[in-house]
Amino acid sequence: MTEGPSPRSALAELTLARFRLFFREPSALFWTFGFPVVLAVALGVAFRNRPPEPVQVAVEDDGGAGTARARQTTAALQSDQVRVTVEDATSARADLRGGKVTLVVTPGDPRRYRYDETRPQARLARLLVDDRLQRAEGRRDPTPVADERVTEPGARYIDFLVPGLLGMTLMSSSMWGIGYLIVELRAKKLVKRMLATPMRKGDFLLSFVVMRALFVLIEVPVLVTFGWLAFGVRVEGSVVLVLAVALLGALSFAGLGLLVASRAQNTQTVGGLMNLVMMPMFVGSGVFFSSGNFPDAAQPFLRALPLTALNDALRAVINQGASAQTIARPMVVLGLWGVASFAAALRLFLWR
Amino acid sequence: MSDAAALRCRSLVKRYDPGVVAVDGLDLEVAVGECFGLLGPNGAGKTTTVEILEGLLDPTAGDVEVLGMRWATDERALRERLGVSLQETHLPDRLSVGEILTLFRSFFARGTDPDEVLRAVSLEEKKSAWYSKLSGGQKQRLAVACALVGDPELLFLDEPTTGLDPQSRLQLWDVIESFKKGGGTVVMTTHYMDEAERLCDRVGVVDHGKLIALGTPRDLIASLGGQEVIEVTLVAGALDEAVVAGLPGVHGVRHVAGGFALAADPLHVALPALVDHLRASGHTLERLSTRHATLEDVFVALTGRLLRD
Repeated sequence: MTEGPSPRSALAELTLARFRLFFREPSALFWTFGFPVVLAVALGVAFRNRPPEPVQVAVEDDGGAGTARARQTTAALQSDQVRVTVEDATSARADLRGGKVTLVVTPGDPRRYRYDETRPQARLARLLVDDRLQRAEGRRDPTPVADERVTEPGARYIDFLVPGLLGMTLMSSSMWGIGYLIVELRAKKLVKRMLATPMRKGDFLLSFVVMRALFVLIEVPVLVTFGWLAFGVRVEGSVVLVLAVALLGALSFAGLGLLVASRAQNTQTVGGLMNLVMMPMFVGSGVFFSSGNFPDAAQPFLRALPLTALNDALRAVINQGASAQTIARPMVVLGLWGVASFAAALRLFLWR
Repeated sequence: MSDAAALRCRSLVKRYDPGVVAVDGLDLEVAVGECFGLLGPNGAGKTTTVEILEGLLDPTAGDVEVLGMRWATDERALRERLGVSLQETHLPDRLSVGEILTLFRSFFARGTDPDEVLRAVSLEEKKSAWYSKLSGGQKQRLAVACALVGDPELLFLDEPTTGLDPQSRLQLWDVIESFKKGGGTVVMTTHYMDEAERLCDRVGVVDHGKLIALGTPRDLIASLGGQEVIEVTLVAGALDEAVVAGLPGVHGVRHVAGGFALAADPLHVALPALVDHLRASGHTLERLSTRHATLEDVFVALTGRLLRD
């Protein structure tokens, strides 16, 4: 029999097959590229910079002599920052309970403010309203002040959000891309079928890793460019370093994906396991809000999570222009996760 | 048998946890160039046996030697020389026939040009079609092509034609026959008796994990005592089996659904004797037919059950 044209190596063919299968699966394409972009647009719109909302205030007017005072108070308050309604006591309180207003002002001596002290918005309204009324009544500030408002790129919510979304995408596409695929292959008995050939097990596993690494080179530029074009999110540090961080992150999560998929027999099981592993990180690893919001006691645990490490490193490089040395700690955390999960996956992997 | 054994196994046992014995002390020997068929009903232990021989399952006990080598020590070298088609494999839906075959070719250090294998299984025209677009028969031929692309000396086929239409079965039989002509050894399982009779040089009949008969299809059929079967259905009443069994040319009688089956040889002696007996005993025939005995009859004679029960 003929030998045929010299074939490519098994690793190259396996990797090629992964790529073909990926690009021929529209839903995989969407979850990798479309979803983060849609999310960034939605959140970017929700949190875009706009004038602060005016506070909603009710002024009590019970008729009679109070009416003149209520009118005076209302006139002093009405502005861009305060929206005032005049109501009788009963309906004012009803509106306060229902959240339609955050503060009820009862003119008089003393003037009464009724509000819920645990709501930051209400405390803000209390300060704002009192300040305007006192000034209208003649108070003067001992020291003049000048406000500088921060709206320049680099310090906005979207600047915080884009690196977080990048980290999240790297995590979910690595985990789903590897874990789900392997379990599907196993359920279809394709792993067993390939094992009946002289294929090296290492080539099989490595092809997933190579695919992920190559994908980072597509994924990261797409998302970073989108963030820059749509929201003006700039990469302050080295683009090469961003890629390096992303690569390490993707490989680390590839290991975790292999580990999660190492014994699962069907796609439902692996789906559940994936969510179990990823959910805490979606919430706790600072994708949408800083993980610093969690209590101090939780911090060492949160900082040890791979997604926290990845997000910290990405934000440091993208937002603050950090160098490789300054992000050494999160990089080590990522590396350890990668090595440990690969080692465990190799030991546990169910081949037959 | 001679030293030129492609495959040997002795006292093969496979036990699953809660006392289930799938293979119960099986001995086999397959010669180089032979096409050997494992026959038996579903659940007889055929697939378990084949997967042990393929090195995909570990036996609970027993000894397996393939091409003079052992799985424990020579796995990679062995895999280079084997072709395997599992009972059920779903290849990736969104890869084309050509891509799948090239992928499998890349696993082997040496092998056959994928285009040549595609020609051998008559799938050249489907080379760029996705797996998901193939018919059942085409999928099965591709599965066999994946087993052939490493240019194997020994080919394992586990129920290669189950569920296929007659046309597809014939096409697949051609593929297997041409592999045999090239000097290859085949070990296959099937529960189709016609398939075994057509393709296999020797068959082993397996039931409940044990080998209950072994030989060429011709010898096994001959062991029934008659090459022909007469099937008789009466309008009413029953045959006197002892008398019928004693008729000239009749070698055995058994009940079948709706009537009786007689092992007969030679037919031209048995048939007149039977008709005379029926006339003399006053029975009215509803139906009488004759046919060649098959391996199905062998199985029924051995187990009292039909193969596809």
